[in-house]
Amino acid sequence: MEEFLQQLINGLSLGAIYALIALGYTMIYGVLRFINFAHGDVFMIGTYIGFYVLNTAFVQSLGPGAETAVIVFLAAMVGCGLLGVIIEFLAYRPLRNRPKLTVLITAIGVSFFLEYTGQLPFVFGADPRTFPTVVEKTTVLQAGGLVIDSYQIIIFVVAIALMLGLRLLIMKTRIGTALRASSMNLKAASLMGINTNAVISFTFFVGSALAGAGAILYAMSYPKINPLMGILPGLKAFIAAVLGGIGNILGAAVGGFIIGAAETMTAGYISPTLRDAIVFAILIIILIVKPSGLFGRGGTEKV
Amino acid sequence: MLHVEGLKVSYGAIAALKGISFHVPKGAVVTLIGANGAGKTTTLQTISGLHKVVEGTIKFDGQEISNMPSHKIVSLGISQSPEGRLIFPGLSVKENLMMGAYLRKDKKEIRSDLDYCFSIFPRLRERLMQAGGTLSGGEQQMLAISRALMAKPHLLLLDEPSLGIAPLLVQLIFEKITEINRDLGVTMLLVEQNAHMALKVASYAYVLETGEITLEGPASELASNEDVQKAYLGM
Ligand SMILES: Nc1ncnc2c1ncn2[C@@H]1O[C@H](COP(=O)(O)OP(=O)(O)O)[C@@H](O)[C@H]1O
Ligand SMILES: [Mg+2]
Repeated sequence: MEEFLQQLINGLSLGAIYALIALGYTMIYGVLRFINFAHGDVFMIGTYIGFYVLNTAFVQSLGPGAETAVIVFLAAMVGCGLLGVIIEFLAYRPLRNRPKLTVLITAIGVSFFLEYTGQLPFVFGADPRTFPTVVEKTTVLQAGGLVIDSYQIIIFVVAIALMLGLRLLIMKTRIGTALRASSMNLKAASLMGINTNAVISFTFFVGSALAGAGAILYAMSYPKINPLMGILPGLKAFIAAVLGGIGNILGAAVGGFIIGAAETMTAGYISPTLRDAIVFAILIIILIVKPSGLFGRGGTEKV
Repeated sequence: MLHVEGLKVSYGAIAALKGISFHVPKGAVVTLIGANGAGKTTTLQTISGLHKVVEGTIKFDGQEISNMPSHKIVSLGISQSPEGRLIFPGLSVKENLMMGAYLRKDKKEIRSDLDYCFSIFPRLRERLMQAGGTLSGGEQQMLAISRALMAKPHLLLLDEPSLGIAPLLVQLIFEKITEINRDLGVTMLLVEQNAHMALKVASYAYVLETGEITLEGPASELASNEDVQKAYLGM
């Protein structure tokens, strides 16, 4: 029982990170109806933004702690947000009225561009780097064999706060209303006087900023970073979004937690070598049983 | 109020509009009739800024609006009830109506405009909290027209309000179009395949055939024109 609880907590904290990344996939899909395959690489860039910020003399002088955490999260979120906006503007916007397949292939191209430019020696380099400490890891709760550490608490607090914030933003603000309308029908939204280009930029900013937050949480827990590290978490978060019902925001969050838990449980109870396989198995099962996902409303689209 | 001169629009290599000219005087209801594929929707969408103008001009109150972004055109006072209605399916009737008023800040007047829509289409008040996607075709059409009115337009573009709705409701919708024009004095450009109804509510009409205007005149004259009767009125 204790072990199960421990696995569950570990799984949900990994899942919270997937959920943050999955939100970006689903929000962007919601408005533009295509999968931004470069999203996992935006996440990767987020870890490098964190890495360089943590290595500045100023942040070094602060040392690990709350101030450093705030700075590094803000930097990665704003940095990734802007990167998302730039990618959309340069790569996807010129193709707005082209077939979706064209945009999809472009997204894969952007993904390769970020991965392989990142490996150049004068950019990040291909060798893994060690992510510096953001805050000290302490044990917050220990009951028998059950251990909850400060990183897990930070992951839950940050992820849940961002999700609630996103919900408020989407449901209660004017731009949020415009975003919802745009994801239902982009053409109708422009006929209402909504500046849909601005809404699309906004969506990329918010979705990518969430990936930036996820990046810091991930790098804190798994402090070896490299330019290809976005691929697997990106793919898993994408599967989480599909599991929840692509385009559905609640679905992306729930899907993230499920994927994280499934992965950790499989690693713990069956075999660590199956941790990735289980996620792809889940993808295959959803695609067969319910392609529209847990919260999807039918009307599937091939991507 | 609206002056279109030599308008050319194309989809890739296909010319959808081959240089059409027409105008809509202030306060009038003008109709553009034509068969399926004639270019009616393309015309309205281009006025609303959804397509690029290849050649020609679109002047609204003297101001050139071709190739302006859609949201700017709405802010100038042109709103549209689009073909297929394009209701936001997941938003309630109320929220759909409020989307129409997206650019407005005059809360009090928005309130009274809502009441006006309900007086024209009482059904919308009954369905106020229902999701737009669950309405019948006729109700969605009422909602699409009302939503466009919520923008407080000077010029209202109506794209085939009779499309896909029950004949009895078609009658009602066209009565309401006349009523709205009379009550609010809003200028209208109505696009229709249903020439019979369109020529009844409009004062002036243009006939559009594969991207070209082939005939124009007062609606009553066109209604008695033999060619029009044969081609569009099934006589
Ligand atoms: N998105 C599009 N891509 C390519 N061709 C189009 C598109 N929309 C319309 N067309 C073509 O343009 C012509 C005019 O279409 P449309 O304006 O929809 O006519 P109408 O509204 O009168 O039925 C038709 O030949 C149609 O096939
Ligand atoms: Mg049409």
